[in-house]
Amino acid sequence: MAKAFVLEPGVRAGPSGGMGAAVIDAASLETRELNDRLRELMLSGARRVQISNVCGQRYIGTRLYTPERLKMEIEVLGTAGNDLAAFLSGHKITVHGNAQDGVGNTMDSGEVIVRGRAGDVLGFSMRGGEIYIRDGCGYRAALHMKEYQGKRPVLVVGGGCQDFLGEYMAGGVVIVLDLEGEIHDASFIGTGMHGGVIYLRGTVEGSQVGDQVDISPAEEADMEVLEVYVSRFLERFPEVETTKEEILASPFTRLTPRSKRPYGGLYAY
Amino acid sequence: MRSFVFPEFSIIRDEERCGSCRGCERQCAFGVHTYDPVTDRLTSDEQKCAGCQRCAIFCPEKAIVVRPSPSFYRPNASWSREKIEDLKRQAETGGVLLTGCGSDKPFRIYWDHIVLNASQVTNPSIDPLREPMELRTFLGRKPDMLDIRAEDGDVEIRTEISPNLTVETPILFSAMSYGAISYNAFRSLATAACRSGTYFNTGEGGLPREMRDEFGRCAIVQVASGRFGIDAEYLNCAQAVEIKVGQGAKPGIGGHLPGEKVSLAVAETRMIPQGTDAISPAPHHDIYSIEDLSTLITALKEVTNYEKPISVKIAAVHNFAAIASGIVRAGADIIAIDGLRGGTGAAPKAIRDNVGIPTELAISSLDRRLREEGIRNQCSIIAAGGIRCSSDVVKAIALGADAVYIGSAALIAMGCTLCQKCYTGKCNWGICTQDPRLSGRLNVEIASTRLSNLISAWSHEIREMLGGMGINALESLRGNRDHLRGVGLYEWELDVLGIKGAGE
Repeated sequence: MAKAFVLEPGVRAGPSGGMGAAVIDAASLETRELNDRLRELMLSGARRVQISNVCGQRYIGTRLYTPERLKMEIEVLGTAGNDLAAFLSGHKITVHGNAQDGVGNTMDSGEVIVRGRAGDVLGFSMRGGEIYIRDGCGYRAALHMKEYQGKRPVLVVGGGCQDFLGEYMAGGVVIVLDLEGEIHDASFIGTGMHGGVIYLRGTVEGSQVGDQVDISPAEEADMEVLEVYVSRFLERFPEVETTKEEILASPFTRLTPRSKRPYGGLYAY
Repeated sequence: MRSFVFPEFSIIRDEERCGSCRGCERQCAFGVHTYDPVTDRLTSDEQKCAGCQRCAIFCPEKAIVVRPSPSFYRPNASWSREKIEDLKRQAETGGVLLTGCGSDKPFRIYWDHIVLNASQVTNPSIDPLREPMELRTFLGRKPDMLDIRAEDGDVEIRTEISPNLTVETPILFSAMSYGAISYNAFRSLATAACRSGTYFNTGEGGLPREMRDEFGRCAIVQVASGRFGIDAEYLNCAQAVEIKVGQGAKPGIGGHLPGEKVSLAVAETRMIPQGTDAISPAPHHDIYSIEDLSTLITALKEVTNYEKPISVKIAAVHNFAAIASGIVRAGADIIAIDGLRGGTGAAPKAIRDNVGIPTELAISSLDRRLREEGIRNQCSIIAAGGIRCSSDVVKAIALGADAVYIGSAALIAMGCTLCQKCYTGKCNWGICTQDPRLSGRLNVEIASTRLSNLISAWSHEIREMLGGMGINALESLRGNRDHLRGVGLYEWELDVLGIKGAGE
């Protein structure tokens, strides 16, 4: 994959001017070294970086906060390690491969695109930005996602999700397309949910969903939201062999919280 | 449903002194006092009284006395009045009993069974009024060894030194979030911390943006399971980041800040919608193991460019010392250990009064464990939970802590009377409320002066006690159990504390 970029360990300046991407070969770099170089590149003015031979290095994108809010576009070739884009502040990261656990942990803003699958704890406590996963993801996705004023995080998963999807969810939009065509079989979906919305293509049994959740079919307003994000999903993954119309022709299930205060009646005052 | 519970307090109004000024009526957010225009007298509904003493202290005629109600049930060693009434409340509501502040139960307070040493004749005591006494403390990871090279008079430290917090006195303000406490109380803590050369801890409710520039230099910001108000700017504006795993008042459980306390400003700071419950799940759902904790510690080091020490706060529970060892190995630079009597804005009473172990025993076990494993230098210990006075601080340090967190003590300095009704949001002292009418009662300048005075007074007393022991730097007291003796303790307690009995 992308052997053209593999010259020697370290950083090579991109071709002419600021337009080309700087290149980092991660083959022999530890996590901290890789992130040192990413940060150096950002501070030296690079706005596009391609990292090749990534093999489990963690926290890519995490150490890129500056008070000036510099922004970069990062292409990751290989497998991104845990906590990809944790606390991410405005950058755009595309992974050409899979990502491990904790993608977008407490992410604030920016965009993450994974052309593969993601591990567990995807989008945990994410508060802003968008994450697109082409294939499926592991357990505990979208836990405690939240929204605030103009910030409304969006997570779109092309494949299926495992148990505990959207537990304690407090805001944002989660869309599970389940394009691999399996029946959605996760359990404990949305337990403790008190904000936001989950759209599942297809249907779900009441027994799969937490007590705090209302299940209803997606309505017209929901289909407008779905149309926007399904379009964006397909733009990012042209390799996905289906059309927006085909996806949207399926029934979608909407999961919303019954209350903003699921545990309000728990206490003796 | 009619309540079968007695009022907790009796209110005695001296009718001759009372000038019917209605001050008590205005002071009480619980609605205890009511003015009757027909008789021109005030009446009191004792059932509503929290016993916070606001009316009694602010009555210009000193006409009000609030005291525990003398009503009693037939005396019964097993069924105390508290047990009976708690049960009745639950029968009436079907709910979990909620309470505030630290446990008030009579667990042994070890501070009161430990005495300090002093110099006599052979090792002269030191007078802190005329000799320098060093209380400055550095919190964070210390290297195993220092590689120092001296060339041509230049000294170079080649060892990579981890970031440390410099604190001028070993007393920090414990985590109290904006949302749990009022903006004015929060700002008072920040103001006093900056003025006194120490730190305040934001708790898990975020740090209002307008405070970041001014108070970031004396802030420890918290990352808890709810991940409220966290962005890279929040993490970077502070001097240290603390991962909150547990709290002494409620080990093992999360927290629910009720929607009515999530005002617009609290919502903005926590970055959640106004009026929703701010739910902190019991565990961090990205931490199910020491390895996961290590991942979060490193993520926080990454996001802060390895410039800040990372603290991990846990509650003191039965096998916590072994867990703490794992926490140090996971990369924590500071461990904050919160004991049985640690305070809270709201906790289920069953948890607060029954879960955890006393701070004093915890400090000693933790310090011993880390020393035995040869990793004590890799982290600092901040002890919290039930620190009431300067001698408690001295004893905590002699038992092995590097510094202490004070929460309840700081609130008391601002006016708190430990009425335990924090969870109602009706704090008449303006501390634990989001009602602007109530929080406006707390003047930031006055409250922060009271806090700075407290730090200054305790610091001076600590110098006096150190001087008395013939010690001129706090560093020499740390873990120095020879300066402690136990009084009235069992053998096992002395063993856990690692101290001798008095006279031994």
